[in-house]
Amino acid sequence: MYVAVKGGERAIDNAHAWLAEERRGDPSVPELSVAQIREQMALAVNRVMAEGSLYDPDLAALAIKQARGDLIEAVFLIRAYRTTLPRFAASSAVETAAMAVDRRISATFKDLPGGQVLGPTFDYTHRLLDFALLAEGLPAPAPGTPAKPQPVPHVTGFLNRDGLIEDAPHSEAVPPDLTREPMELPADRALRLQAITRGDEGFILSLAYSTQRGYGRTHAFVGELRIGQVAVEVDIPELGFAVEIGEVELTECETVNQFKGSRTEPPQFTRGYGLVFGQSERKAIAMSLVDRALRWKELGEDFTGAPAQDEEFVLMHADNIQATGFLEHIKLPHYVDFQAELELVRKLRAEALALQEAAE
Amino acid sequence: MTDALNDDRKGWMSLLAKAPPARLAALMPDLPDHALLRAPEVGAVMVRGRTGATGAPFNLGEMTVTRCSVRLAEGAVGHAWVQGRDKAHALRAAVVDALMQTPESAGLHACVLAPLAAEAELARAVRAGKAAATKVDFFTMVRGEDA
Repeated sequence: MYVAVKGGERAIDNAHAWLAEERRGDPSVPELSVAQIREQMALAVNRVMAEGSLYDPDLAALAIKQARGDLIEAVFLIRAYRTTLPRFAASSAVETAAMAVDRRISATFKDLPGGQVLGPTFDYTHRLLDFALLAEGLPAPAPGTPAKPQPVPHVTGFLNRDGLIEDAPHSEAVPPDLTREPMELPADRALRLQAITRGDEGFILSLAYSTQRGYGRTHAFVGELRIGQVAVEVDIPELGFAVEIGEVELTECETVNQFKGSRTEPPQFTRGYGLVFGQSERKAIAMSLVDRALRWKELGEDFTGAPAQDEEFVLMHADNIQATGFLEHIKLPHYVDFQAELELVRKLRAEALALQEAAE
Repeated sequence: MTDALNDDRKGWMSLLAKAPPARLAALMPDLPDHALLRAPEVGAVMVRGRTGATGAPFNLGEMTVTRCSVRLAEGAVGHAWVQGRDKAHALRAAVVDALMQTPESAGLHACVLAPLAAEAELARAVRAGKAAATKVDFFTMVRGEDA
């Protein structure tokens, strides 16, 4: 039964007015500007861009302000905005080997061409609250040394030369796009990577952690983790050649995984891959672990029933906008549905009580 | 257009696209008369990555882009595709692209493109220098077999 009802308009308007007031907070405290969020809450901005699947730091910062710091709500705003944009083109695949690296570390090789570059990392901080930040002020400028920007080769390239690690053969296949066609299972690796890179960081992190604890173990080492700027090149149809139209900050993680060999593959190291918008290190590492766990079938490994190996489980639950939409819809009016439930329970109770009385 | 000319044009279009919009506006405050062939339009480009950095492409996510095309009074046509949603930036970049195909190119190169290129190079070098200062120098303290 469908019952149309009206009402609540005034209540909704007033609720939104109050929301705006609460968002602003105490007016005696200076208002946050979008530029301040973009510059000083950069990792939150990065997360909103990665999960919103749209690289635009100003819009992500605006979304964070509008959402009062609720990052999933901010991702929702970005996702809604991106649906209004015409799609001009797809870029050429970015060349992460040519990345201008801010950070580049390897857990597998101490001495490697290009070196271990720590970059602006939280690692090696003591995680003690820094009360100096309570006071406003400029930090001392970070030291620099004269350096020539030059490309830093990928670690997996060295291993590949000896045939010790599986190859990632070049291809120009057009990848499927889950923003254009509904995701279909089984998904190929390209579709899985798209779903994971825009998936919820917490969900991907927990899945990756579960593989480390034994639910679909993949014995991963971080072969390389790099963060930096990469040029985005697009074929300009009116010109017939490609132009670099901008730069995006990316985090890339390549895992090197122990592999004894299987029915179909010789013993060699295998690989998991993570690539995420912005400085998003935790997400990139987690992505590469989950990517590797999902590859059990093509590598001829056993399915152990682990959640991280289960493509349907991972891909259908990774999107926090789908998840929050379905989860939160149950708070919206279900008066008629519930009325029906109520009727049913009353009837069943009456029948049960009547039977009880008859028995006595 | 020959490949060499195309390479030049690729270079300046990329430089203009990556330039900070405010800096480009400061270097090129006044625009000559032009007709809009395509008014500045905001859209998205799907950025692709490669599996394992070298393998098959996959869709990483979109980025905002503004494009614009103009024609100058003397007939030169300029195009711009620039990252972000700044319509004035796209328009200015398209006009400079058109002007670079006219006899004014030498002057523009000196007054607009060269400073932008130098500033971009400097910013990149400063960042690379900060990264280089965080490069680890390992030194061996005691080797196990010596102990």
